[in-house]
Amino acid sequence: MNTSAPVGHALDAPGVAPGGTRSRSHTVGPPLWLLLELTYRCPLHCVFCYNPTDFANTGPELSTADWIRVLREARALGAVQLGLSGGEPLARDDLEEIVAEAHTLGFYINLITSGIGMTEARIKALKAAGLDHIQLSFQDSTREMNDFLSSTRTFELKAKVAELIRTHDYPMVLNVVLHRLNIDHVGEILAMAEALGAQYVELANTQYYGWAWLNREQLLPTRAQLERAEAATRAFRERVGAKMQIYFVVPDYFETRPKACMSGLGSVFLAVAPDGTALPCHAARTLPGLELPNVRGADVRAIWYDSPAFNRFRGDAWMKEPCRSCPEKVKDFGGCRCQAYLLTGDADNADPVCDLSPHHHLVTAAVARAERAAAAPAVAAPQSARAQGLTFRDHRVSIPVVIEEKRT
Amino acid sequence: MSDPAGEMALDARPAIAHGMRLQWEPAQDAHVLLYPEGMVKLNGPAGQIMSRCDGVRTIADIVADLERTYKQSGLTADVVAFVALAMQRRWLEAPP
Repeated sequence: MNTSAPVGHALDAPGVAPGGTRSRSHTVGPPLWLLLELTYRCPLHCVFCYNPTDFANTGPELSTADWIRVLREARALGAVQLGLSGGEPLARDDLEEIVAEAHTLGFYINLITSGIGMTEARIKALKAAGLDHIQLSFQDSTREMNDFLSSTRTFELKAKVAELIRTHDYPMVLNVVLHRLNIDHVGEILAMAEALGAQYVELANTQYYGWAWLNREQLLPTRAQLERAEAATRAFRERVGAKMQIYFVVPDYFETRPKACMSGLGSVFLAVAPDGTALPCHAARTLPGLELPNVRGADVRAIWYDSPAFNRFRGDAWMKEPCRSCPEKVKDFGGCRCQAYLLTGDADNADPVCDLSPHHHLVTAAVARAERAAAAPAVAAPQSARAQGLTFRDHRVSIPVVIEEKRT
Repeated sequence: MSDPAGEMALDARPAIAHGMRLQWEPAQDAHVLLYPEGMVKLNGPAGQIMSRCDGVRTIADIVADLERTYKQSGLTADVVAFVALAMQRRWLEAPP
């Protein structure tokens, strides 16, 4: 089900009530946002999945009892927003049990799913267990997007799940990951979302980690595509008004300032991977030298407050120039550590999305390559995707991450 | 309806909006409003008002309760302004 990497609005609702802003003092707050990646199993093979490309080599999944212990320990620290994700979380047949425990503990529970595996019986059981919200993602990528747009089999399945979501009185939140091969369909995607009765739509441009990093050259849109998609979104917003809220997440390669990734690592976000590895961000396995703790061997309090991995990027002592003396460091925390590492070979560097970064040219060069590739004969038809060298997420292949440029 | 605060009737019975959840979080020492993948941390007064918005009590009831609880007077304008803001942000709804 993996949607692209997480969206910044998660805990930064616009117009936080008076007194609602979070101070960035030296004291470490609680892990308000807990994400449990319950399994890497997934029936889909999305080219933009942020799951690690070597996920097939990770250890066995946590047991029900382990997940429940993690929930209790995290809730005791103050975790309150819970994401249940994966892989496809419906692949776990103890999902209802996990939801029931989370509900009893007082979590607000978000299920992040492709919908594959959702049935009337399961949605009823999940409702009874106390699930608060279902985010239905449209994987698209290639064949499925084609299905989606041409109302064939997968679209029928999604529409059925959307109907279940509606009839069981859940807020209807759709997520569509955008990239070069589908971004030109934004108008149609929004029309479909409207037909499905969506209240919220996330148009999340792919962020380049995991499988998406492998496929970056094929997935990065052009600036013209992006501008057309934004114009289509604006026009749609004007037409439908407030009944549908649309979040358009711009691909950060087109920005000149980095995203405030995770509001700073170790600030509010804690993810636990299927094998129990605790992560300060979804993609943190990418970062070299980060000894990631595992919930099998440590409790969540020790992991969050005491582990070197979670303290590694707290504060600003780790920063290099130009971040260290930059007044904007309190806003963006230097951007994304994984992106800094993937592009520059050093996780302490400024996120090269920032045009103050000495490595910013790596981002502009990638965009320029996308422009050139798009100018080549059109190959947007999904059937030709494999021919373009896209790598589909698959447990049978295990691929080490390749660093673009080694530089210290 | 161009001025929601001005239109806010004291006999309206605001309730937490559908799909939102208000709860007290000891770890944050605050009321928080929870919704799909998001959270708003409320300050003290906002939490006190919102936690009384149960769809049963009118704004006048809420004002009276707050004035009694905090031994203050003249809170009507503040409460009305906050309820209007919260409705605009879809934190609260007031069924007709």
